[in-house]
Amino acid sequence: MYSRRDFLQFSAICAATTGFSTALTPVAAQQKLSQDQLLNFDSKGSLTLLHITDIHAQLKPVYFRPPSENYGVGDFEGVPPHLVGQNFLDHFNIEKGSALAYAHTMVDYVDLARTYGRLGGLDRMATLVNAIRAERGDNNVLLLDGGDTWQGSYTALKTNGQDMVDCMAILKPDAMVGHWEFTLGTDRVLEIIDSMDYPFLASNIVDTDWEEPVFDSTAFYDRGNTRVAVIGQAMPYTPIANPRWMFPEWSFGLRLGLLQENVNKAREEGAEVVVLLSHNGFDVDQKLARELTGLDVILTGHTHDAVPEALNINNTLVLSSGSHGKYLGRVDLEVNNGKVTDYSSSLIPVFSDVIEPDAEMKAAIDAVRAPHENELNRVLGQTDTMLYRRGNFNGTWDDLICQGLMVERDAELSFSPGFRWGSTLLPGNNITVDDLYNQTSMSYPSVYRLEFSGSQIKEILEDVCDNLFNPDPFFQQGGDMVRVGGMGYTCAPKEIMGSRISDMTLLATGEPIDPNKNYVVAGWASVNENVEGPAVYDLMESYISDQKTVSMEKNNAVKVTGV
Amino acid sequence: MNLNRRKLLVRTLGTIGLLGTSKVFATAEDVDAAIKAIAGDAEVTQGALTLNAPEIAENGNSVPISVSVDGEISDDSYVESVTIFADGNPRPEVITFNFTPLSGEAFAATRMRLAKTQNVIAVAKLSDGTVLSDTRNVKVTIGGCGG
Repeated sequence: MYSRRDFLQFSAICAATTGFSTALTPVAAQQKLSQDQLLNFDSKGSLTLLHITDIHAQLKPVYFRPPSENYGVGDFEGVPPHLVGQNFLDHFNIEKGSALAYAHTMVDYVDLARTYGRLGGLDRMATLVNAIRAERGDNNVLLLDGGDTWQGSYTALKTNGQDMVDCMAILKPDAMVGHWEFTLGTDRVLEIIDSMDYPFLASNIVDTDWEEPVFDSTAFYDRGNTRVAVIGQAMPYTPIANPRWMFPEWSFGLRLGLLQENVNKAREEGAEVVVLLSHNGFDVDQKLARELTGLDVILTGHTHDAVPEALNINNTLVLSSGSHGKYLGRVDLEVNNGKVTDYSSSLIPVFSDVIEPDAEMKAAIDAVRAPHENELNRVLGQTDTMLYRRGNFNGTWDDLICQGLMVERDAELSFSPGFRWGSTLLPGNNITVDDLYNQTSMSYPSVYRLEFSGSQIKEILEDVCDNLFNPDPFFQQGGDMVRVGGMGYTCAPKEIMGSRISDMTLLATGEPIDPNKNYVVAGWASVNENVEGPAVYDLMESYISDQKTVSMEKNNAVKVTGV
Repeated sequence: MNLNRRKLLVRTLGTIGLLGTSKVFATAEDVDAAIKAIAGDAEVTQGALTLNAPEIAENGNSVPISVSVDGEISDDSYVESVTIFADGNPRPEVITFNFTPLSGEAFAATRMRLAKTQNVIAVAKLSDGTVLSDTRNVKVTIGGCGG
């Protein structure tokens, strides 16, 4: 309740001071939005939780366009996070054109991006974290990293995540959990964890031989005069969504029984507040909050959803803190006699232009990028139109990648995975090596060229679609729909598996896809071992360089029905 | 850790008896009939039997499952058997674990192959004639494309 009011106040401040910002110049917008204003927060009690998640190795500020399509099904239809654009603004009472409207929606995105600038940057994040630590007292703040931290950029790829490890060490989180971390492989993950000064938690990872815990599930802290337990939950479907052969010793899964046991154990061992640091995804954790008992707060990530404040579900607060360093999540708790008696929460948007970068972090970022600076800044081409990734069915970045895959591998169709990481470029921006790797940086980048029959293609689409639109969130894996080049189709999210995909059409000829005919398909990020083909970033460097200027038309190849 | 492993092995190896393979089932109806054959006239209820299985299989060729039945075990009251079915496999009768009052605990774990998304059903028969069941739908997916 209180947090709602606080949030509205913050929203009102932003709206009032920035007003109809499409008319503002960047300088004016920046003058009216200040670091102090971003830090304005109606504090409660003495315990503060700070949450950063899904940075995807973005050390520098980014544009990141929120989705225009994010369909929810079943109980999740039309509720956060499945509200986009104007519906999102209406639901949270955010004024169109305001700073918060820009941070949370794609309404007038390009205009507002030019006004308000990029969000994020780990040096800005450090400034906010340090300011809150100073205000609340170091011993009253827990900083928790929700994972997907070590993957997603050129420098993370070239250093096997060491750039992020070094920079995060400066930020001094109290714990972290993982997902894409595991795509560095078992040995590297263990090597990094050994070097860290804070625990890597996972209640839901067991070894495949004996099903015994691999990592600590829980860490205890005395902060804000309160005994706090933090339990970690890794992305439950990592071995399915990502290559299992890279970490064959470990088995994941939701393992709710084990999680409830760990919550109970934490309480028995004296925890007054129990926090779940989760990489389950927002819908999964909303359901989990209803099914488990004894959790005070769930700090959730993976699905990259950003909501301005925590949801209160059966007295469990669930905060989803976005991605790419765009937001710092904050939850204040007042605790009396071992019970949470009051709270407030918000996502603080990290407006990079109005936050003074932390000098130590800035120097560290400069140092990890310096050896690669020439390559990072090398211009491959320009874009006439906005390039973004996030969306249920497509985005212009993946449209471009799908084109490149078909051309460079001489294929009739192409598949690009429905990842939710990858930043945005505005019309007129250069496309640099840095930008390309922000879309493609990963440890299994080979572009395959294979023949699939029409019926196999349908089966693949149905399978991926069920990972996205299964009405039971526990069966959702957290990615978007596989992007398809060269083919149109109709999708009915509310149907059941096997009946969602229809009207598959080969765009080149306008003919229906023949279930019995074979088609040559190029795709990347296969979870299979020993995939042959060029790396997607090399292939796309060649394609973009040949294009010089790219211009992506609106993609109408996927029709969505019944929503 | 070693204790856990040993206990698990003893419990599993000491008590299982593989079913004969004379009959081949192919449909959910056949599974229902097989359950009826175990239950006889007893009503099949849910309760003290818990079947643990992953929501989504990481590897359909080797899906770990476990079963346990809560409750005091005595010479007069114990779990006689737990049978596992997979209603989408060519041969859905997977395994029967037999227990005695000396088993100490009605717990067993194994791994099974699942050809596709399907229901895994555990049916426990108790010495007093009670029949319990628990079902988990396990999804087998092609994977990839995760967030």
